[in-house]
Amino acid sequence: MPPFLFWLFASLMLVFGAAVVLNRNPVASALSLVVSFLGLAALFMSLDAYFVGIIQVLVYAGAVMVLFLFIIMLLNLRAEEGRRINWLAATGGIVVALILVIQIFSVIGHFQAARQTFPSLERSTTDDVWNIGALLFSNYNLPFQIVGVLVLVATIGVVLLSKREPR
Amino acid sequence: MLREYLPVLLQIIVAMLFAASALLVSVLVGASGKRTRAKDTAYECGMIPQGEAQPRFSVKFYLVAMLFILFDLEIVFMYPWAVVYKDAIKQSSLIFWSMLSFISILMVGYIYALKKGALEFRK
Repeated sequence: MPPFLFWLFASLMLVFGAAVVLNRNPVASALSLVVSFLGLAALFMSLDAYFVGIIQVLVYAGAVMVLFLFIIMLLNLRAEEGRRINWLAATGGIVVALILVIQIFSVIGHFQAARQTFPSLERSTTDDVWNIGALLFSNYNLPFQIVGVLVLVATIGVVLLSKREPR
Repeated sequence: MLREYLPVLLQIIVAMLFAASALLVSVLVGASGKRTRAKDTAYECGMIPQGEAQPRFSVKFYLVAMLFILFDLEIVFMYPWAVVYKDAIKQSSLIFWSMLSFISILMVGYIYALKKGALEFRK
């Protein structure tokens, strides 16, 4: 993938990530987040992680966003629209972010291993879904089962929390 | 390699053009009357609208969306399983049993949701 596409998708993500915070309409924020997720999916695809990219679109941009929109409608976040941006807090946040960036750059500058470019990874002969499946069902079988238990706990928690208490 | 993504780019462009043309045509063709204060008031015996345009939703919708995501995640794990199944089953039947146990763990949650009446809307 040519570098300009990386910069295109990365800046797309940043712009729409900022739009999530800056938009006063919660639904517009949620839809900006979808675009940000799509940019992330494109970045995954550029790393030959097609499966992860597709899952990013299907699960995050699809299902999780539906959940977010439901929550927005559930909570009726009208008050958010009238709120002004608190410039004092915003300046503080920007200063902290800038300090973090400066720190990262200074650490990279002084750290020998971070300055050299690494050789590109070997291309796999099998496709990435196959690789994930082969690893998941051999080395990571126990974590896979634990994921099942985690999803079970989440299911029970959701049912329990949204159930109306009998009076 | 980039050339392979040309259909994707074309599809995005077609989708954008479709959305833009739908908006444009509705502006060009649709007849829009002038808005005046008198026209915006409630008509004759109509009531003055009260409350929000978007009513609050029942928590049941959240429940359905959340259960959808959880079972969506289950399907996500089935894609790589289905891809490697043919190769892995030749060596051992472990892959079959591990997926069976995964599904049966989730089935417990499904049966729990059913028994609790989480999927029933009328109540």
